[in-house]
Amino acid sequence: MLSFVLRRAFTLVATLMAASVVIFFTLEVLPGDPAAFMLGLNVAPEALAALREQLGLDAPVLLRFWQWVTGMLQGDFGISYTYRVPVAGLIADRLLVSLPLAIYALALAVLVGIPVGVLAAIKRNGPVDTAAMGLAQIGIALPNFWFAMLLVLLFSVTLRWFSSGGFPGWDDPGAAIAALTLPAVALALPQAAILARVMRSSLLDTLDEDYVRTARAKGLSRRQALWHHALRNALIPVLTIMGLQFSFLLAGGIIIENVFYLPGLGRLAFQAITARDLIVVRSVVMILVFAVVLVTFLVDLGYAAIDPRLRRGRT
Amino acid sequence: MRQIIRVAALAVLAALAATPTLAQRTDIVVGLVLEPPHLDPTSHAAAAIDEVVYSNLFEGLTRFGPDGDILPGLARTWDISEDGLVYTFHLADGVTFHDGSAMTADDVVFSLDRARAEDSINAQKFLFADIEAVEAVDPLTVVVTLDQPNGNFPFNMAWGDAVIVAPDSADTNATNPIGTGPFRFVSWRQGDSVTLARYEDYWGEPALLDRATFRFIADPTAAFAAMMAEDVDAFPVFPAPETLSILEADPRFKVVVGTTEGEVILAMNNHREPLDNILVREAIAHAINRQDVIDGAMFGYGTPIGTHFAPHHPAYVDLTALSAYDPELSRDLLAEAGVSNLRLSLALPPPVYARRGGEIIAAQLRAVGIETDIVNIEWAQWLEQVFGNGDFDLTVIAHTEPMDIEIYGREDYYFGYGAPEFQKLWDELNRTSDTDARNALLGDLQRNISENYVNAYIFQLAKAGVERVELEGLWLNAPTQATDLTKVYWAR
Repeated sequence: MLSFVLRRAFTLVATLMAASVVIFFTLEVLPGDPAAFMLGLNVAPEALAALREQLGLDAPVLLRFWQWVTGMLQGDFGISYTYRVPVAGLIADRLLVSLPLAIYALALAVLVGIPVGVLAAIKRNGPVDTAAMGLAQIGIALPNFWFAMLLVLLFSVTLRWFSSGGFPGWDDPGAAIAALTLPAVALALPQAAILARVMRSSLLDTLDEDYVRTARAKGLSRRQALWHHALRNALIPVLTIMGLQFSFLLAGGIIIENVFYLPGLGRLAFQAITARDLIVVRSVVMILVFAVVLVTFLVDLGYAAIDPRLRRGRT
Repeated sequence: MRQIIRVAALAVLAALAATPTLAQRTDIVVGLVLEPPHLDPTSHAAAAIDEVVYSNLFEGLTRFGPDGDILPGLARTWDISEDGLVYTFHLADGVTFHDGSAMTADDVVFSLDRARAEDSINAQKFLFADIEAVEAVDPLTVVVTLDQPNGNFPFNMAWGDAVIVAPDSADTNATNPIGTGPFRFVSWRQGDSVTLARYEDYWGEPALLDRATFRFIADPTAAFAAMMAEDVDAFPVFPAPETLSILEADPRFKVVVGTTEGEVILAMNNHREPLDNILVREAIAHAINRQDVIDGAMFGYGTPIGTHFAPHHPAYVDLTALSAYDPELSRDLLAEAGVSNLRLSLALPPPVYARRGGEIIAAQLRAVGIETDIVNIEWAQWLEQVFGNGDFDLTVIAHTEPMDIEIYGREDYYFGYGAPEFQKLWDELNRTSDTDARNALLGDLQRNISENYVNAYIFQLAKAGVERVELEGLWLNAPTQATDLTKVYWAR
């Protein structure tokens, strides 16, 4: 088990190092100067030069790369060019919105998707199965921003149960969770639909396996065989999908963040790209890479927990 | 859930208070499309900063009034010497910064010296270019000496970039702004909102509201939903003009359409062939049907212009006839110039006036035989490539600074004009302080750039906003990009 963890941890670090190089230098060649963006159309050349110097933009590329990487290792992401505040704090504030939102949405998706998938598999080819899979098809096909607008029209504009967007902060946890509810539902719908479909087909596959037949032969009921033998094995592909979904929800929530004007990580990245606040863009991308790699790592550990064969390195 | 209970409780309360004399509101939530990058107006060009802080948080020696006239600010009066070189500003008494310290002539000297210093990063440094010296005579009197007469000086001092700041807080205003205005800074939830509260020790007439929140909503659909759900009370520049008719029909709201200082132009690279030929530029100017562009791109909100000047200004001269839509004439001019199979690049930055307007202009140019290659570019890239390096043929852009006709005097400006006769008129304007004479000279300047077809002048951006019907006191027009809340109140 230990060597398995170590091997995976090594992959994690190597991925992060490669990512930092790619992220820094691809953004370096992007046209556009943050100082010019800040000072606009009437700028005097000497003011531009003064600002570039103040921001440290005139330093050589390799030196800036070195400072960025060593800074990050110490938890210092630098100072945002446009916002003039430490990037670490900026990202931390946004993570306080994006991370709970992603967890909230994934929890909703799991709570709805997994039971529906299991139910559909048990009632295979019956009316329940047909109805559930039909709904799942619709859930996947609906664009989530459009679904989000429908939610706003119904629950904010007409019923006035929730505000139409914005985020009040965590001082009042009730209000914060209320503000994240419609966005989480909008994000969760397609994910729940995907989970339901994957859960159903994976469970049906395992139900056809020899060991399930053996379990049935030794006298277990269909239901007992399902709970004790099939479900555990059927969860591995579901776990893979959940890992991918979480990364997607964390990074890909930008459209939903726009519809609900939430101060999330996606919008921060978007604004920073527009303003060429490269130090923020790089750090946000780096954090997202880190999150994705970390989730993959945890999912790997999850496989090992579910399937003992993986622990012994027989991958 | 708590929200539901709260709503239910409110509904009960509303039912109990059956009489229409509900307590008058003293707060406001204003929607803005763009979030300011930070809150220091003296070190960034972003209009979003002034949309939050101008005249609310920070004040200058003078200020813009709702109609664009120059009103006294921290300077209650000023005297100008005979030769127009010496301005003596008499400051208001009892002015304090929001941290409690007194604002004196020394702060004025500090602020102006800081803005014009060698290492200044003020985005509008030209406002201070004529200053030779700033001296504090006594705590309430400042003398500014210019090195050449500048009738525009009180106007320059009204800009958000020329506000008075304190030496102790100047470097931290970006995140914790401390000014002299009737509102003080409370909090900023980045990505979400900025909150201001009434400053109780304000030197002048106190604000009527006790709390103001600016919420940042960029998405047009979200802006519409926020108005309809009553999460926002006013959206001075509403990003979804296509929904204005729905809001106008709703008795809860009023739609207000005013003017701005933003001229949308089709800028042409006067340094490049064949655009260095006035006949070609004139042909392009006549190829454009301005009303079609306004209707198609801006849902009809906008005013056609024939020069680079705001139509609501008293000095404006209507020169649209010089660039009247005439494709026939346009083709003749191209033939006269000996140009055929003309193919030009057209750079379009992100705002809708450029992206949508640019497509329509391209179609109109094609009709007279000019092909365009449309290149959609981001702001940062536009600033570097078009504005910085002058690497373009045509571009659609709004110049939003007030009275920015001055840019036509700069030869190294991106479209590159700077004709000597224009420069001469501009110098004469600076030496003139009589209003009528100034307006006549401003008319000559407008005529000069119009007759030389430097650019194709398309339309003046309108300011189409939505407000709750009970709100009073917000500006109708936008002589500068600001959301002045100092006189705003709820009428019912």
